[in-house]
Amino acid sequence: MTKGQSDLGDNQSGLDFFVKETSEGSQELLSKQLTPIEEFYLEEGYVLRVPEGDGVDLDDIDLEAIPEDETMIINMGPQHPSTHGVLRIMMELDGETILRSKPVIGYLHTGMEKTAEMLTYMQGSTNVTRMDYLSPLSNELVYSLAVESLMDVEIPPRATWIRMLMSELNRISSHVMWMATNGMDIGSTSMMIYGFRERELILAFLEKVTGLRMNHNYIRPGGVAADLPDGWYDDVAVICETIPFRVAEYQDLLTGQPIFRERVDGVGVMTQEQALALSATGPILRATGLPWDLRKTMPYLFYDQVDFDVIVGSVGDTYDRYSVRLNEILESVRIIEQIMEKLPEGEYKTLDRKVTPPPRARIDESMEALIHHFKLHTEGYRVPAGESYVAVESPRGELGCYIVSDGENRPYRMHVRAPSFVNLQSLPVMLHGGFIADAVAVISSVDPVMGEVDR
Amino acid sequence: MSDALEINHSVVFVQRTGYVDFVQTLRLQGFEMCADLTAVDYLDIKDRSLPDEIEPQRFEVVVNLVSLSQKKRLRVRVQVPEDDPWIDSIFREYPGSEAMEREVFDLFGIVFRGHPDLTRILLPEGWEGHPLRKDYAPGRVPVQFKEVKSTR
Repeated sequence: MTKGQSDLGDNQSGLDFFVKETSEGSQELLSKQLTPIEEFYLEEGYVLRVPEGDGVDLDDIDLEAIPEDETMIINMGPQHPSTHGVLRIMMELDGETILRSKPVIGYLHTGMEKTAEMLTYMQGSTNVTRMDYLSPLSNELVYSLAVESLMDVEIPPRATWIRMLMSELNRISSHVMWMATNGMDIGSTSMMIYGFRERELILAFLEKVTGLRMNHNYIRPGGVAADLPDGWYDDVAVICETIPFRVAEYQDLLTGQPIFRERVDGVGVMTQEQALALSATGPILRATGLPWDLRKTMPYLFYDQVDFDVIVGSVGDTYDRYSVRLNEILESVRIIEQIMEKLPEGEYKTLDRKVTPPPRARIDESMEALIHHFKLHTEGYRVPAGESYVAVESPRGELGCYIVSDGENRPYRMHVRAPSFVNLQSLPVMLHGGFIADAVAVISSVDPVMGEVDR
Repeated sequence: MSDALEINHSVVFVQRTGYVDFVQTLRLQGFEMCADLTAVDYLDIKDRSLPDEIEPQRFEVVVNLVSLSQKKRLRVRVQVPEDDPWIDSIFREYPGSEAMEREVFDLFGIVFRGHPDLTRILLPEGWEGHPLRKDYAPGRVPVQFKEVKSTR
């Protein structure tokens, strides 16, 4: 991984010259490194705010009266194609340099956490799967794990391995999709076509397994919805064979290409300390050089039984974030190859009929099965009272689910800790001091999914 | 299952007044990151299990801290009364809590004292009510639309 030149610390040598102690304390702004971290974030834009409805009539502006050094506040989005949805960013510009910026969100808010309180635990996974629509299986996984952590239900090993297989495939499709949109943002249209091509390969398999290309509702509390279809091994083998070959193509197309490197090297730098302070997780945090991957550091499912590496960057610029994602695709392929060998025979969902419905054929034969089926699909099952927080590593970072149960058949409160929502806070820091032309590359490198940001 | 998943988690209850000092201490003890901050409205649950010295209140702010060095999580739960719903902001300790505190303010109406920009984040400015409160039921309240003033 190459090092982009960071502009932090360049002023270090000349610091004594600039900071002069006066009777009222030091008058000059300290260098970035010496500013206390909380002051730093305040300065970089949390209070940039223009109230809604304060529209300006352009005819009323007297252009002559505006001083030359005045900064300008412009909106980027919410309809800008490079903002990956309805993200609006207020930016304060001095010429072409971005000073402060503030993401304005909420355009896609549909109250999904409130909706979750109306749905039974069984219906809940149809709701969470629509949050992060690029990696729906991670959302279903974290929801199911959170519900199961409150219940005393044993998950068969095969179901757990299938969950791992599916979420790793989903990670590849999500990262490939990111490569596509990122390529598009930076101006490489061929990358967009390639990325969508590879994503389609994986989505076709997900459709074969779950019946849907997106919003699968496949991982449910108690196991998964259906067993893997006949011939799944060959399909996954084809994916595992194709993807590394295609990643090598991306390496040729982008990684070694000077035009692409010019756009990403040293752009949108974020230090490790800043990333931690701003609660950034996922590729953004790993790009700063910290090997924090929940699959490795706080293993869930059977991730402690497979062998893979955590990819880290070095400087935390846009190139590092690109590189981390690109190499994570290959690590996911490694994991999938191990899962294919280790996948045991057995049940794909728990046989506890109070949690998962019986097979359709049993309903014709058994009265009890009919009762269970009817009860589950009308009333659902009850979850013991309690509260629990479970986190998994989604393609975008730590995806958490906090569930409070009052012993009824629907959650009393369900909160999703959405990685995109939290990661968006790092935008003002990454954009600060950069050019507005680089903003598109930086926004893209955060990989926000607005469905998850606004929920 | 429950033990296995929650193995690295522990829960701490703390009074509202000592909350920021407590979080400060935790930060010094190696909890580098505030992973999540949310709230729960316990309007409908009357009897829930709390330690004896904690008096149950309507709202509860739940903060999830992560220690990356010790690989563990800690959940801090703070009771916030209904008639005076404020709590101190931990923005000074964890700048990453900024958006999450705004979200809780927006959806629950809990005021975070010392927050740099406590405004609505998900809902439009000027929205009435706080939707994740239990007495704000969907269907009972008509959908609000705001007239857009033309600038021309």
